[in-house]
Amino acid sequence: MSDILDMTAVELSAAIRAGKTTAVEAVEAALARIEERDQEFNCYVTVSRDKALAQAKQVQAAIEAGELTGPLAGVPVAIKDNMCTEGLLTTCSSRILGNFVPAYTAEAVLRLEKAGAVILGKTNMDEFAMGSTTETSAYGETKNPWNPAHVPGGSSGGSAAAVAAGECFYALGSDTGGSIRQPASFCGVVGMKPTYGTVSRYGLIAYGSSLDQIGPLARNVTDCAAILEAIAGHDHKDSTSVAREDTDFTAALVEDVKGIRIGIPNDYFGEGLNEEVRGAVLQAAGVLEERGAIVERFDLSLVDYAIPAYYTIAAAEASSNLERFDGIKYGYRTPEYHGLHNMYKKSRSEGFGEEVKRRIMLGSFVLSSGYYDAYYLKALKVKALIKKAFDEAFARYDVILGPVAPTTAPKLGESLADPIQMYLGDIYTIAVNLAGLPGISIPCGRDAEGLPIGLQLIGDSFREKKLIQTAYTYEKARGAFPLALAE
Amino acid sequence: MANVISDETIEYVGILAKLELSDEEKEQAKKDMGRMLDYIDKLGELDTEGVEPMSHVFPVQNVFREDVVTNSDTREQLLSNAPEQKDGMFVVPKTFD
Amino acid sequence: MTKQYETVIGLEVHVELATKTKIFCGCSTAFGGAPNTHTCPVCTGMPGSLPVLNKQVLEYAIAVGLATNCEITRYGKFDRKNYFYPDNPQNYQISQLYLPICRKGGVEIATKDGRTKTVGIHEIHMEEDAGKLIHDEWEDCSLVDYNRSGVPLIEIVSEPDMRSAEEVIAYLEKLRLIIQYLGASDCKLQEGSMRADVNLSVREVGAKEFGTRTEMKNLNSFKAIARAIEGERERQIDLLEEGGQVVQETRRWDDAKGESYAMRSKEDAQDYRYFPDPDLTPIVVSDEMLEEIRAKQPEFRTEKMLRYKEEFDLPDYDIDIITGAKPMADLFEATVAICRQPKQVSNWLMGETMRLMKEQEMDAEDLRFSPEHLAGLIALVDSKAINSSVAKEVFQAMFEEDVEPEQYVEQKGLKTVNDEGALRKTIEEVIAGNPQSVEDYHKGKEKAIGFLVGQTMKAMKGKADPGMVNRILKELL
Repeated sequence: MSDILDMTAVELSAAIRAGKTTAVEAVEAALARIEERDQEFNCYVTVSRDKALAQAKQVQAAIEAGELTGPLAGVPVAIKDNMCTEGLLTTCSSRILGNFVPAYTAEAVLRLEKAGAVILGKTNMDEFAMGSTTETSAYGETKNPWNPAHVPGGSSGGSAAAVAAGECFYALGSDTGGSIRQPASFCGVVGMKPTYGTVSRYGLIAYGSSLDQIGPLARNVTDCAAILEAIAGHDHKDSTSVAREDTDFTAALVEDVKGIRIGIPNDYFGEGLNEEVRGAVLQAAGVLEERGAIVERFDLSLVDYAIPAYYTIAAAEASSNLERFDGIKYGYRTPEYHGLHNMYKKSRSEGFGEEVKRRIMLGSFVLSSGYYDAYYLKALKVKALIKKAFDEAFARYDVILGPVAPTTAPKLGESLADPIQMYLGDIYTIAVNLAGLPGISIPCGRDAEGLPIGLQLIGDSFREKKLIQTAYTYEKARGAFPLALAE
Repeated sequence: MANVISDETIEYVGILAKLELSDEEKEQAKKDMGRMLDYIDKLGELDTEGVEPMSHVFPVQNVFREDVVTNSDTREQLLSNAPEQKDGMFVVPKTFD
Repeated sequence: MTKQYETVIGLEVHVELATKTKIFCGCSTAFGGAPNTHTCPVCTGMPGSLPVLNKQVLEYAIAVGLATNCEITRYGKFDRKNYFYPDNPQNYQISQLYLPICRKGGVEIATKDGRTKTVGIHEIHMEEDAGKLIHDEWEDCSLVDYNRSGVPLIEIVSEPDMRSAEEVIAYLEKLRLIIQYLGASDCKLQEGSMRADVNLSVREVGAKEFGTRTEMKNLNSFKAIARAIEGERERQIDLLEEGGQVVQETRRWDDAKGESYAMRSKEDAQDYRYFPDPDLTPIVVSDEMLEEIRAKQPEFRTEKMLRYKEEFDLPDYDIDIITGAKPMADLFEATVAICRQPKQVSNWLMGETMRLMKEQEMDAEDLRFSPEHLAGLIALVDSKAINSSVAKEVFQAMFEEDVEPEQYVEQKGLKTVNDEGALRKTIEEVIAGNPQSVEDYHKGKEKAIGFLVGQTMKAMKGKADPGMVNRILKELL
């Protein structure tokens, strides 16, 4: 079946369950596509061909036996390489975990497996999710399938590019400061970061624990809702997991925005925003207004403070989270050393890349004696103010609408030269993580070079359904948005 | 640049973070950290007097487990990733206490 | 030495809590497993693993706080203490710095001059224990075992209120008693379930400011603590007398050598970069939770002493000894519950038990015999099935190996011979064999009968009822 690869995840599963194709055929098609395209795009760190085929057979049997009936049964998925997978290499795109094979599987991935997913492999990312381009990977950069001279965004760049290039039907990513939404935007796919605590972090190798959240990257909003429904849910192994009952996200796939109040923050349309991006996003707002949404401009405030607060908190948490990589229990150990501390220092210095070391150093510094109050505590207070600003906004609006990133995907090699410039690219996504809110990125156009532009919708805590409904309505109005290389 | 990072500071942070930098990397790190701190200093513009620092966004609290043994022996798996092991234990350079 | 110095001591006491599982995962805390067999991804710092708090740890910590008159923190958190060491798999220890569970408490101790004084408790916090490092005998390396990694601890930090080794030991004994009464820990110093770090400084008598303090680690007996305090006091005074200065540092006490040495290296910055652990949620202690724990608090020593007086009418001295160690009090109560003879039970504990414990340098926690067996022994004596000297022999065997007394008596053939015919026959033989004593007796030397009783008992291998021997002897003479 040649058109398998054109199907969305939900369509494919329906076809498999209807006996029109099989999970094995689907995984074979995806593997063939990987074979054909991944040399060029480098979406995957590890392709798990044999296991995927074996798993597809099992899943197919379970579908035929009527044991698997869900909307994702039989569909091949790609997993970001910072989620532990039992018996399958998990590197975080770092040299320091170059040979790490976990003994257990992350809760979110387990839930997908229970829903009948077939795991194709592990996708490339910025090392330990630190970066916005997937160029800091120790295993080579991923290229944007729309134009291989450009980055796919990051840190879930491998996942976004794999979806865009048809090298999987959907993928899991993680979002600490925009790491799902921004690559989704750059690669023209749908990406969603749920409310903090909605998806278990157990088995997600932590970057900034108070900000990290797993979410889907998919071909459309319907897939996105189905995936989130499968992975969401309370997990007693994650203390920060929230027990919530309204996780039937597919119920929100309703084409109706009448009366939905949409706020457009003036602060998201200021200096630094590319004109084409501005145009496409405002046009999308117009589309929603035409469908009956109430669209208003307002001042969110504090937008400029989100980035410095974020980098302080994330770097501090990362400096502690990454201490466990010490050359003793797993991962890389330097071949030559004299004494314990030299072993630590050499293993870590050789095992971590530049950007990771930069953030570890910064994080260690802001927590060190004499600076804790001035930096870390101050950042936590600013976080409280940012949360308050959102609370006030959501008292007036159901959804906040804006761009995902100031520009479309930059060229390879352009971003890393100036870290602060790169950090500034996260300006519209980062505050969402600080406030723990849900956000979704949907393609809303392409620039003159043909690179996709993303629309970001932000919801109040635990109001994913409002987001999904708005995004779904927009998507219907917009019409089909092709995958990369579709023509 | 308002924040000037000294050699001693970089050396000290290296001890805390267990990172060893070449002289060249140290110079770069001094510059990068200075610039980042200048940028972070922007937070000082905000009056946060009386604001409670927020480490958790949601009021999720009192998450406990019962005192019941749930784990079995998985030593083999545990050690399977160890760079060096002996007698069921991880091998590390000699420590002194 | 012309100046008079005063020693100022504060203690950091770590106590391993008696939970079944570790503080943040479901691994067993049992001793004695093969290395790394009581481990999981959480307590070995595997990437992606997350901690979840054991509720029992919180309840024990609050119970200890209430029993030591602390304020219980109603909104608490866990913090990460960051430092690299191989026994610490995450290279940070989950502990509490900013909002510890208990604060501002204190316990009363008796001082040498018979008065009481309060030792203040600055705070009690919960934290995880580290793994064990074993030094390889053959190669230049160490080995790491994470079985103890994540075992729950509370750290009880006192105010610098103690002035002598005696006060320190009185304070430790008081803490141990309270915690044992709560059942929150067995508090064995030798096995490390109770450990003390000593913060010590000296100052001239009358001085207002404290001197610079040092912290001493590796103290695993009361004797070692007393010696370390004396050693460190002298070291600091010598330094000051020579015009030197005490450096604030952590020192390791070597009890065998009787001296301490500094532990610090240039790679230890001692800058722990504490911050709230984002993986754990805040702890909110409600009134209900507090009341529930308060209601479960056991009878403490003072209440127990009053009750023993009233209920069992024991002498004050007995009560003092028996309630002085929780295992002893438990043993007493359990045995009395079976045999309903408090005085007899007390006699066994006060007499033979204490004697053997002293002889073998044991603590009450180390007692092995069961209340059922002690009650059994008392019943055997009561029924005159064995006499008191045989009973002592049986008790010794119980003390060593917790033997079942009746079986033991049976097996060893220790039962008192109540067969009057057989006894009479033996006595006749004794009389025939000791004409001199018989003559002495008839001449009015009452003492001679004692010798004859002794000879009879010897011939009966101790298994006769002395009363019956006396009666028959007199009869025959």
